[in-house]
Amino acid sequence: MLIAEQLKFAYDEGPSFSFPEIHCGKGEHILVIGESGKGKTTLLHLLAGMLRAASGKIIISGKDLSQLSGSELDRFRGQHIGIVFQTPHFVSSLSVEDNLVLPQFLSGKKTEREMVRAILKRLNLSDKTHSRPSQLSVGEQQRIAIARAIINSPDIILADEPTSALDDKNAGEVITLLEEQASDARSGLVIVTHDKRLKDRFTKHIGL
Amino acid sequence: MNLLKISWKNIVNKPLNTFLSVILLAFGVGIISLLLILQKQLTEKFNRNIKDIDLVLGAKGSPLQLILANVYHVDAPTGNIKISDAQAVIKHPTIKKAIPLAYGDNYQKWRIVGTDTSYPEHYGCQLAKGSLFNAPFEVTIGATVAKETGLKPGDQFESIHGFDQAANDPESHQHEQKYTVKGIFAQSDCAIDNLILTPVESVWMIHEHHDEDTHKDKEHSAGDDHRHSEEAHKEDVHSGEFHDQMNHVEKHEEENHAGNGEPNGEREVTAYLLIKRTPMAQMMLPSLIKDPNMQLALPAIEINRLSQNFGLGMDTAKAIAILIMILSFISVFVSLYNSLKERKYELALMRTMGGSRKTLFLLIIQEGLLLVLIGCIVGAVLSRMALFALSNIMKENFHYSINNSSVTAGEWLLFAITLCVGILASLLPAVRAFRMDISKTLSNG
Repeated sequence: MLIAEQLKFAYDEGPSFSFPEIHCGKGEHILVIGESGKGKTTLLHLLAGMLRAASGKIIISGKDLSQLSGSELDRFRGQHIGIVFQTPHFVSSLSVEDNLVLPQFLSGKKTEREMVRAILKRLNLSDKTHSRPSQLSVGEQQRIAIARAIINSPDIILADEPTSALDDKNAGEVITLLEEQASDARSGLVIVTHDKRLKDRFTKHIGL
Repeated sequence: MNLLKISWKNIVNKPLNTFLSVILLAFGVGIISLLLILQKQLTEKFNRNIKDIDLVLGAKGSPLQLILANVYHVDAPTGNIKISDAQAVIKHPTIKKAIPLAYGDNYQKWRIVGTDTSYPEHYGCQLAKGSLFNAPFEVTIGATVAKETGLKPGDQFESIHGFDQAANDPESHQHEQKYTVKGIFAQSDCAIDNLILTPVESVWMIHEHHDEDTHKDKEHSAGDDHRHSEEAHKEDVHSGEFHDQMNHVEKHEEENHAGNGEPNGEREVTAYLLIKRTPMAQMMLPSLIKDPNMQLALPAIEINRLSQNFGLGMDTAKAIAILIMILSFISVFVSLYNSLKERKYELALMRTMGGSRKTLFLLIIQEGLLLVLIGCIVGAVLSRMALFALSNIMKENFHYSINNSSVTAGEWLLFAITLCVGILASLLPAVRAFRMDISKTLSNG
């Protein structure tokens, strides 16, 4: 599902990183733990094809990301990779529902509002369907962000510090939701974090 | 869901910025639109009325006034000329046709003009109903007059002395002699639409008649009365001294109607519209005018002079409008640029969800285009509203209406240019969105 080997990356006038190998099979959940400055976000951006690696190989669903052109990569990312960021951001002019329809539209899939409403119902956020994302609490926003990441049933979900901005209760809920959704969709899940609270919840750890 | 919807939601989400851009653009486009329509319509109207009339012979005064009064029928006439004095000019071999015009009376402020059938013929006026005037006190009326007054063939009416007094004006009086409507002209979009045409003899007869009365009344009206001022008249009225004849505005009569009180009955007209046979006419005729009270004016030159003065005002207004439009483009640019800065994180997010660089570029360009398009539409509507108001004012004051409000070729060009500049204004923000480094943007968010 996801294979990353001998990844190296260097910023123009900054640190350079080399990353350990990552193998994440179908439905497998992996926690990548590292302190600040170890290149967690850089790794996630490499895996998502938002940065091009200096050397090494990333293969997702059998596709070598380095072989894809810019717009192919954009589309591939939309269709096969779901990303959850540290702080949830949305298209602020669109409603919660439209924000969830957006990945379907942008990745060129058929827009299914019924499916979006069903997910909102499962998250107990039906009453927020027509709200603006900014009207939601941070916990609710992070749940919507997770829903947005899984809406296209991606092969792999990448999460960058999804819990570090949340209190214990919300962090627990969010991580449970992520695991549930990834399992439901049989997606691989890679979480990069420095949040020690998550250590006990995953069996497979990779240290940076 | 489509990209246009997202663009639309984005501009609606910033109502103040959007309002500022749209309102500036609408005013710029609206003013220029209005000027374009006015210029086109007035030029058309001016040219349609000049229609091959090369020269106008009339009483001394402002040549422009002579043209406006006799070709366009909007200003007061300059006075009258004696037919005998005019013969040398109108019978000159370089003159092909001379159309007499004699002012005197009005009916409900619609001017009654004494002339002959060559006048409507010259403008190619067709009859919509009835027949042409044939004998004195028969009239054929313009389409607008018929519509506004409701007169129809067979109707009779009494005229009011003067050329635009109403019946209740104390400075007017009614003539007893009745006019009979013989026919109605079809709409011709020239001045005849607003006129009541009658044989020139009607004007002479009605005033001879009236002048005889005046002479009989000599004990009341000393010779000086013919020249006394309007103020004096008003005093007369205020003091309640209500003599039928005293209350005539003799001043108007003297200057503006074609009757005459001379015992030898020398005929007068207000002007002759002349159509020349050879270009020599312009050079030869002025020397023939011996009478210091007569003048020849060239409509083309006078109207040119008028539209030059007019054009100066138009140019100023255009310059202001262009300035407003430049401001509006800056406003479109700034508002897109600012919103880009605010929204760069969400734009980067759209890339992570499958949107390409092209998607973001189009999104921003569309937002700019939408702003400009709304501005153009609001501007076009504003200009139509202004035109409608202006048309009503002109109708009231000059019996001139601007009826055609379809989009002119000039306006389409204006819209096209505006849209292009709108795209240019959104190009820089769009290119920035296109070139955005999503990894950098998202790690700093």
